[in-house]
Amino acid sequence: MVRDAPAPATPALDELRDRAKQIRRNVVRMASGKGEGYVGQGLDVADILAVLFLSEMRYDPTDRGPETDRLIFSAGHYSIGLWAALAEAGHLDGYDLESYGSDGATLIMSTHEGHPDLIELTGGSLAHGLGVAAGLAVGYRLKGWPARIFCFSTDGEAQEGSTWEAAMFAGHERLGNLINVVDVNRTQADGDLVIEVEPLAEKYRAFGWWAADVDGNDVGALVDVFEQARAVTDVPKAIVCRTTLGRGVPMIVNRERNHFVRVGDDEWDAVARELEVSM
Amino acid sequence: MSAPTAVVDPIVLEKSGPFGHAILEIGRRRSDVVVLSADVAGVTGLAPFAQAFPDRFVNVGMAEENLVAVALGLAKAGFVPVATTFAVFATRRALDFIAIQCALNRANVKIVAALPGIYSTFGPTHQGIDDLAHMRVLPNMTVLDPCDNAEMQEAIAAAVEHDGPVYLRELLGKETRDVDRGSHRFEIGPAQMLHRGTDIGIVASGIMVRRAQDAVAKLAERGISAALLKVSTLKPFDEDAVAALARGTGALVTAENHSVIGGLFSAVSESLAKRGQQVPVRAVGVRDEFCSFGSNEYVAHTHGLTADAVVAAVEDVLAARR
Repeated sequence: MVRDAPAPATPALDELRDRAKQIRRNVVRMASGKGEGYVGQGLDVADILAVLFLSEMRYDPTDRGPETDRLIFSAGHYSIGLWAALAEAGHLDGYDLESYGSDGATLIMSTHEGHPDLIELTGGSLAHGLGVAAGLAVGYRLKGWPARIFCFSTDGEAQEGSTWEAAMFAGHERLGNLINVVDVNRTQADGDLVIEVEPLAEKYRAFGWWAADVDGNDVGALVDVFEQARAVTDVPKAIVCRTTLGRGVPMIVNRERNHFVRVGDDEWDAVARELEVSM
Repeated sequence: MSAPTAVVDPIVLEKSGPFGHAILEIGRRRSDVVVLSADVAGVTGLAPFAQAFPDRFVNVGMAEENLVAVALGLAKAGFVPVATTFAVFATRRALDFIAIQCALNRANVKIVAALPGIYSTFGPTHQGIDDLAHMRVLPNMTVLDPCDNAEMQEAIAAAVEHDGPVYLRELLGKETRDVDRGSHRFEIGPAQMLHRGTDIGIVASGIMVRRAQDAVAKLAERGISAALLKVSTLKPFDEDAVAALARGTGALVTAENHSVIGGLFSAVSESLAKRGQQVPVRAVGVRDEFCSFGSNEYVAHTHGLTADAVVAAVEDVLAARR
């Protein structure tokens, strides 16, 4: 019942890489002058979101019909990357990226259902998304709808029990239309992962999932792994993406306490320059 | 999709209790209703629904956060999910999920919670004495505490028709004798005047309504004319009905199957204070304490959730006025 054909008009890898870079430019533009924020996450997730929105998913937020894939974005604080990628994919026309995080702006520092309309989940309280995605996947199966349900989540969320309640349920229900994309950058609010979550892929397999490890900053590897996952239609799938926080801007990668980065007003030009020369 | 005429074993139906009958009827009428449980489907009466509509019944196991999350996902797929567990587990274990994913976003999810208030023999872990407080404080929630089995059956039907999040206290069938509601049918919102009276106004909810009715009869024998207002919707709260009762009687007693903090007594007192009505109010309910193990009668007597406790509270507030 789950659709196994690829999304239409898959762009070439070089084009995907270019657009991931443009997503990173958007991230830096949104963060500039804000002093601090989730710029590291936005840079880290650019390749994953480029592949999802521009290649893998059949994504159309204006049509939630039987053929259109859905995205439950569980990690609210990654919204900077989400806005940057949605804009690059042409889904945020009319919104000012530079308003990100300002008082009264629609493009907030987290995700809030319906804010704007295409956002499906409120993601600030973490590890809510996988169970909701599983419920949506059950609903699509009940209706006989072929579209797939994507969840975007993070390694830190694997510390919450609700992640494993949902993983156990999805495995038991053999939700072949569910794909959990897990960003593993090994940082959380208190710094480096304070509780080990690995081996994540093995954990998912033990819960009845198909799982694969991939370099989440390698566009070609991501395209390949999603293609492999498409061939698996009888169990849920976890794509464990190993990424680097701040990827593309070495001075952010190397910054201490980099879950929530502090950047001085005088440093943003250097950040933008580093992005241009390092990728 | 299950056929709407799906057959159910009559013995299974007989054992299922009032909620089981009601949700089966709803399932026959509406093919978009999906029922979920967290490993308490048997005791909450879901066996007939599960038998009639196996593909519209989801058991997530002992996982209350996931119960609410999966229900929300089903709502996003266009279904009307009815998620059932015990009151304590819904409101203590899954509170963040109910607050953020149901209340904040006005999701069309129905939470049906069994064993409300003192109604478990299994002690504090199973007695939902604080569930209404947790639910009432959440913006956008509709909170229902029906007075007897028949009203609960009407309330679940109303909850399914209502567009938005609803928390409903489920009765398993043995908690209370029926209340005489006359020709009144349940609707979300309005309180109902069950008895008119002039000396004291009793405001009762849930299974305390029947006990308050018994108290009204006992008070009449003592020459006290008591009015009785039934509140089955804690939120949105019928402040006008309480204000009118307070004006008419000058003193109130509340009676609820819940802590006296955060439930009916709080709603009544907040409403009076907001309107500047200076009326003494006595609370019958669980004091600021956890309850004991034991039979329902034992727990009710130990913690003062009886008709006699209502009578004593009335006499106390009237004595203080003299």
